[in-house]
Amino acid sequence: MSPDKLTRMANQIATFFRTQPGPDQAERVAGHLNDYWGPEMRAELKAHAEAHADELDDLVKRALPLI
Amino acid sequence: MKDFIIPWDDDRDMGTRAATGAPVTLSIDGFEVTVPEGTSVMRAAALAGIAVPKLCATDSLEAFGSCRLCVVEIEGRRGTPASCTTPVGPGMVVRTQSEMVKSVRKGVMELYISDHPLDCLTCAANGDCELQDMAGVVGLRDVRYEAPEEGMRTHFATRDTAGGLNPEWLPKDDSNPYFTYDPAKCIVCSRCVRACEEVQGTFALTIEGRGFESRVSAGGVGDDFLTSDCVSCGACVQACPTATLQEKSVIELGTPTRSVITTCAYCGVGCSFKAELNGDELVRMVPYKHGAANRGHSCVKGRFAYGYATHSDRILNPMIRDTIEEPWREVSWDEAIGFAAAKMRGIQQRHGRKSVGVITSSRCTNEETYLVQKMARAVFLNNNTDTCARVCHSPTGYGLGQTFGTSAGTQNFDSVMQADVVVVIGANPTDGHPVFASRLKKRLRQGAKLIVIDPRRIDMVRPAHIEASHHLPLRPGTNVAVVSALANVIVTEKLYDEAFIRARCDWDEFQEYAEFVSDVRHSPEMTEILTGVPAEELRAAARLFATGGNGAIYYGLGVTEHSQGSTTVMGIANLAMLTGNIGREGVGVNPLRGQNNVQGACDMGSFPHELPGYRHVKGAEARAIFESAWGVEIDPEPGLRIPNMLDAAVSGSFKGLYCQGEDILQSDPDTRHVAAGLAAMECVIVHDLFLNETANYAHVFLPGSTFLEKDGTFTNAERRINRVRKVMAPRNGYADWEITQLLANAILKETGGAGWHYTHPAQIMEEIAATTPGFAHVDYALLEERGSVQWPCNDDAPDGSPIMHVDGFVRGKGRFMITEYVATEERTGPRFPLLLTTGRILSQYNVGAQTRRTDNTIWHAEDVLEIHPHDAEVRGITEGSWVKLASRSGETSLRAHLTDRVSPGVVYTTFHHPDTQANVITTDFSDWATNCPEYKVTAVQVGLSNGPTAWQEAYEAQAEHSRRILPAAE
Ligand code: SF4
Ligand code: SF4
Ligand code: SF4
Ligand code: FES
Repeated sequence: MSPDKLTRMANQIATFFRTQPGPDQAERVAGHLNDYWGPEMRAELKAHAEAHADELDDLVKRALPLI
Repeated sequence: MKDFIIPWDDDRDMGTRAATGAPVTLSIDGFEVTVPEGTSVMRAAALAGIAVPKLCATDSLEAFGSCRLCVVEIEGRRGTPASCTTPVGPGMVVRTQSEMVKSVRKGVMELYISDHPLDCLTCAANGDCELQDMAGVVGLRDVRYEAPEEGMRTHFATRDTAGGLNPEWLPKDDSNPYFTYDPAKCIVCSRCVRACEEVQGTFALTIEGRGFESRVSAGGVGDDFLTSDCVSCGACVQACPTATLQEKSVIELGTPTRSVITTCAYCGVGCSFKAELNGDELVRMVPYKHGAANRGHSCVKGRFAYGYATHSDRILNPMIRDTIEEPWREVSWDEAIGFAAAKMRGIQQRHGRKSVGVITSSRCTNEETYLVQKMARAVFLNNNTDTCARVCHSPTGYGLGQTFGTSAGTQNFDSVMQADVVVVIGANPTDGHPVFASRLKKRLRQGAKLIVIDPRRIDMVRPAHIEASHHLPLRPGTNVAVVSALANVIVTEKLYDEAFIRARCDWDEFQEYAEFVSDVRHSPEMTEILTGVPAEELRAAARLFATGGNGAIYYGLGVTEHSQGSTTVMGIANLAMLTGNIGREGVGVNPLRGQNNVQGACDMGSFPHELPGYRHVKGAEARAIFESAWGVEIDPEPGLRIPNMLDAAVSGSFKGLYCQGEDILQSDPDTRHVAAGLAAMECVIVHDLFLNETANYAHVFLPGSTFLEKDGTFTNAERRINRVRKVMAPRNGYADWEITQLLANAILKETGGAGWHYTHPAQIMEEIAATTPGFAHVDYALLEERGSVQWPCNDDAPDGSPIMHVDGFVRGKGRFMITEYVATEERTGPRFPLLLTTGRILSQYNVGAQTRRTDNTIWHAEDVLEIHPHDAEVRGITEGSWVKLASRSGETSLRAHLTDRVSPGVVYTTFHHPDTQANVITTDFSDWATNCPEYKVTAVQVGLSNGPTAWQEAYEAQAEHSRRILPAAE
């Protein structure tokens, strides 16, 4: 999948969970990615994040180690 | 399994509707009968097995009392009252057969027959005519009317006695493609008029004139059936006791002699039908009066649009080719299955276990879908299974799962008859779910209120004789803002149901939610700029919903197909919980499912992350159930979804696809991307009725069977599991579940896996029941006995579950979710200043593969672009001009239709025709949670053009090239 699309999708998920109450927003972003994205997609996102962390929402960055 | 003889209960015409009052006992012809108060004498007699002669009464309609054939004598009453309009009374003594009533009836019949042609033997209704039957029952032997000197005035003689044209004679109206109106045979019983009003709610028919001059008339002066408001539902045809309104198929093929009960394969209403046949020739489809979803009604698609099953485009032989450049070669089933199995096996050997996948269909039966996902999990050994339900209702699954704990509508359809305020949001029931719309309209005529939330003024806003209390014409893409604004009013004005929330939901979560939604940024006044919905109107709507009694919400793809689709679903669930509208009749949250088996496709584990019954593949317990049932190891990681499969194909890691009954090239967003993905695969197996658009890129074509040719079940939008019965043998040779099994076994033979040995879909359902808790008690015997059942159906709910969350939510406490509005990234700007939204119309279905191959095209020959006259004028666009529709993704051309149904700034089209390629325009934005594509909002520009675009022409050429079929080699 194109990195742009992956980034956009991950950021969209973060945008939702940012609005949710509680201290575990990053965990919930990670949970969503683990539940709905296959391992290939998660790996691609991680790989992309290495060089382009600046494109990712902060919550996604915090979720990355958990996926 | 005996599928042809079904012990259905009584489907006699009882004359008038059932009543529900306290028991009343009376005597009819000396028999004691006890019936509910409010029952007519006619119905009471029928219940006792005595059929009182009748003409103007039928039990789908209110009694009318016009023909006077049904007269009886009642002790202590003068004269001969009509039994259809006389309610029973305690101790009443009724005589249905006496010299007096016999002579009245004979007189009535004589009068009717004197103005009726006596060509019974060659009449299309011969053997199926109530007038004929009644003439027989009353023993009419001669007609004693003397013709006056100037000759008898009749409606049926074409010439008068002097040989001139008879001015009373009117020609047949043949304009409707499916039925005719022959005024010469009409007895003016007005059953048709009443059916159109009471059952369908369209009010297309009237009786014009009085006395001898009375005529049934469709529409206004100069109209025929086709130009009138008639939507061709056929209710009038079914109600007509004579051949006046008659199916053309019966005229052509004769009266049917046998029937099989089955389920419509079009929309999520899931209407039950009696398929009526001679031999294996289908003569007509008649909605089944005991069908729990439709109660004897249907729409034009289910009743009439089945001609695709015998259309000449249907492919009946398997075909293969090595590349998509080659023409197709017809081969034997053995060769096709062997070819496909070898290819898929080879791909997995070379590119790994995960290099292939399947797409299940929300059009196929539960059993077929179950087998296709089983193919991925137990034969290919991966979770690469997805379904086109992804592109419509996946946010429903996620949103309702989060808030209520299960992914399904909460009510049955009957529930709407108890609703007081109905909210329809992002759905167009008169077109998408017509039989439900008829029920809803009926309820509205009884006084319930309606709130419509839709960018377009859909027909439901102002149908005949009713009007929505509020129409909130929001800007496409602002659903969440509108739903939150409704909640804002309910919370800030303290209209919520505190007792319900305290008892059924988590109070802390409610308080967090209340604080969030009370913020002034969610107020109608603040959101108005964004949504375009006048604040006062929205406030009034919120108050009505919160305080108007039973509130029921019905929603469709206008809610789900957005980047915040899942959020809107949660917002809707919040509204229902806030107002305590969940867990009883007349309320609830109801997704209107598009295709017939969207619900079933989701239930059956079509998604890459879920096993049947919505159990995540990461759950070891759920996996263990299937691992032991199937003898394989199940991958605990989610597989690829459709868009991921296509992406992976483009990048070279995904090579083989088995696609059953779906046309992803036409129905999925961003057509070019789908085409590129398909073109990159080594083996695409399309299993369908027709060479659909996806098949342009296929290497194996496995011809499918229609719903008339197989056994199985569909699950409709109310979770009702309905039986699909084999009405005739499959013309392609195999039912679809058999084809999947053949393919699976051919691959398993190579891999050494254990083969599949199903001999009937009932066995597949046994496996589903054994592995899926909500289906534990479902089996074909139960369906045979009960007609249908709504899941969950298990130890906790042995009779099934018409209403869900009655004593508590499936997840325990209902959960309020924070629903912040986030604007879609798809925004209008100088280059693309208009918003395109898409939808569907009544006569066509989905991508149109079936309905385009029927006479339904008379109502919708092409997709058109609806545009507001103001937007049209500034662009020099006039009615019917060819316009180019362009977005960031691509462009297409179609004709324009000027209408103020859409607001300025919004344009609208349907996607029923492949040459329109509306999905060339739609972007690849999608719902944040489920990636359901954002079909409902695309920024576009519209301008005049002079015909199809280069892309449309190139596409057409490619399609034609790739559909060539070589004659079969002997
Ligand atoms: S077909 Fe349906 S809509 Fe048309 S006139 Fe008959 S009842 Fe009315
Ligand atoms: S068309 Fe049929 S149903 Fe209608 S009034 Fe005439 S006979 Fe009765
Ligand atoms: S298309 Fe839908 S409403 Fe029409 S007959 Fe079929 S199931 Fe019923
Ligand atoms: S059937 Fe009762 S009056 Fe016609």
